[in-house]
Amino acid sequence: MHLSWIDYVMIAVYCAFVLGVGFKLKKSMRTSLDFFLSGRKIPAWITGLAFISANLGALEVMGMAASGAEYGMLTCHFYWLGAIPAMIFVGLAMMPFYYGSRARSVPEYLRLRFDEKTRALNAITFAVMTVLASGINLYAMALLFKLMLGWSIHATILLSALVVLVYTFLGGLTSSIYNEVLQFFLIVFGIFPLAVMSVAEAGGWHGLAARLPAGFMHTWSNLGHASANPMGVDWFQMVAGLGFVLSFGYWCTDFLVVQRALAAQDMNAAQRTPLIAAVPKMFIPFLVIIPGMAAWAVLPHASFLVQGKVDYNMALPLLLARYYPAGMLGVGITALLASFMSGMAGNVTAFNTVWTYDIYYSYIKPGANDEHYLMMGKIATVAGVVISIAAAYVALQFANIMDYLQLIFSFVNAPLFATFLLGMFWKRTTANGAFWGLVGGTTAAALHYFATVHGWLTYRSQMAGNFDRAIDAWTVCFVLTLLISLFTRPREESELHGLVYSLTQKPSYRHLGFLRRPATLAIAVGILTIVLNVVFR
Amino acid sequence: MSADGIGLDVRWPIGLLFSAMGAALAIFGAFFANGQKVWRIWIDLDLWWGLVTLIFGLAMIWAASRASHHE
Repeated sequence: MHLSWIDYVMIAVYCAFVLGVGFKLKKSMRTSLDFFLSGRKIPAWITGLAFISANLGALEVMGMAASGAEYGMLTCHFYWLGAIPAMIFVGLAMMPFYYGSRARSVPEYLRLRFDEKTRALNAITFAVMTVLASGINLYAMALLFKLMLGWSIHATILLSALVVLVYTFLGGLTSSIYNEVLQFFLIVFGIFPLAVMSVAEAGGWHGLAARLPAGFMHTWSNLGHASANPMGVDWFQMVAGLGFVLSFGYWCTDFLVVQRALAAQDMNAAQRTPLIAAVPKMFIPFLVIIPGMAAWAVLPHASFLVQGKVDYNMALPLLLARYYPAGMLGVGITALLASFMSGMAGNVTAFNTVWTYDIYYSYIKPGANDEHYLMMGKIATVAGVVISIAAAYVALQFANIMDYLQLIFSFVNAPLFATFLLGMFWKRTTANGAFWGLVGGTTAAALHYFATVHGWLTYRSQMAGNFDRAIDAWTVCFVLTLLISLFTRPREESELHGLVYSLTQKPSYRHLGFLRRPATLAIAVGILTIVLNVVFR
Repeated sequence: MSADGIGLDVRWPIGLLFSAMGAALAIFGAFFANGQKVWRIWIDLDLWWGLVTLIFGLAMIWAASRASHHE
């Protein structure tokens, strides 16, 4: 693939805008709340788009196109089963506690609900995970552009990290959110023509069905047994592993996405954030998964070979090279570049918040003035970028990037959702129960992984192993937390107002029009998702 | 939505960026692309998609300027 001058103009225009947004926002960053949570002033449609874009990184876009080429429509479960139900749940059921408790981060909620040690455990694992993810993202970007365009790996890593550093350093979370919104539209405008052209060449839906292996066109029909579908999972692993544990674990407890809702201007906006995000989310399969399938249907399979092995991650780059002329290619490459950079910025802004509020403020230097924490946030931004660069050089050699990310989530987020579920909806849950449950769940995940690596546990695919690992980690955490809570002393009810479902006054929206209520939006999103699942069953 | 306290209405950068990219793409497609046609689809993708992008950008600028006018 060769870029011409017009393609470089597109990339340069984008970079100039991104930096311009950072400089423009600089003077609004007066307090630490401005820097870390955008002063809680952002309208719902922006936080909603940022909520989905924080997850729509290039790894997701390329990984989902790759999974489309490898597994077909089964990949849609990552959206219609593995995202939307959890997004509805976090908006309706959990946001009143997150936003209502005025916690500034997910770990801070854990301190309010439980104790310091539970917060510390979550804050430290999250901080490590998020810079690691940022590093993987950076490395994947450099590798892709090396493969596609022959760019130097070192130059790509350093230059893009520098751009991200400048705009997050200047504009904090607002800068990151604004760039996520820009990136969302760039992805849509950069990939939509590709989706249309690839499916048209394949001969439409019926043409795809004729060219692809049997089973590629269905989401539910082949889940009766693990051997009946290309992913090697059965319906229970899919529903319990992906649809419940991994999905709810990620969308309901990962601070990277929850932080976007915490920046919303009021409770209604915070609740509507994930619900608004769910609307574009349910249509993204048409933008990324189906073109991935079309790539496998239309292109010679030999073109997917990288160093002699089929690499499905090539699906999207191959389509770009096939369909886009100079000019449009620049838009497509800019969309990918933007989603890599905003993915990294999202991680860095989540990291600097957790570091400053949950680690530095809590354990290293409490009681300093606000200016000091604002400065620490900026130092943490620089440190986050530097550690990401280091991690980028460490992150290597995984065939399907999504599998690797799922692996990390199954270690950290899967047991955490059990802690939140019990903590928010059962007032008897104790701090010791939560802490040891989390430790037990994470240990179970690590042992499960160890057993898989050594061949003591075998699965039809890595994905099936990840789903099972998540189910086991969640179950261990849930049962341990429950049992230990029954044998330890719970906190006084008076201390739990605003933190537990039964002791919290629910927000009332009776004064609002029917269409502006979160529940109305949730019902509409739910019905649409069911329709999609039925139509493409 | 307004720019209160945040300092910048996000529709400005979206509008300006997409207008700039759309205009560049359409101009390139119309005058510099030397008749390059997209494979199998006999249209000038740069020109037409550039115009779509430009219209979206202008709509965002219009929305942002209307909001700032109201304030």
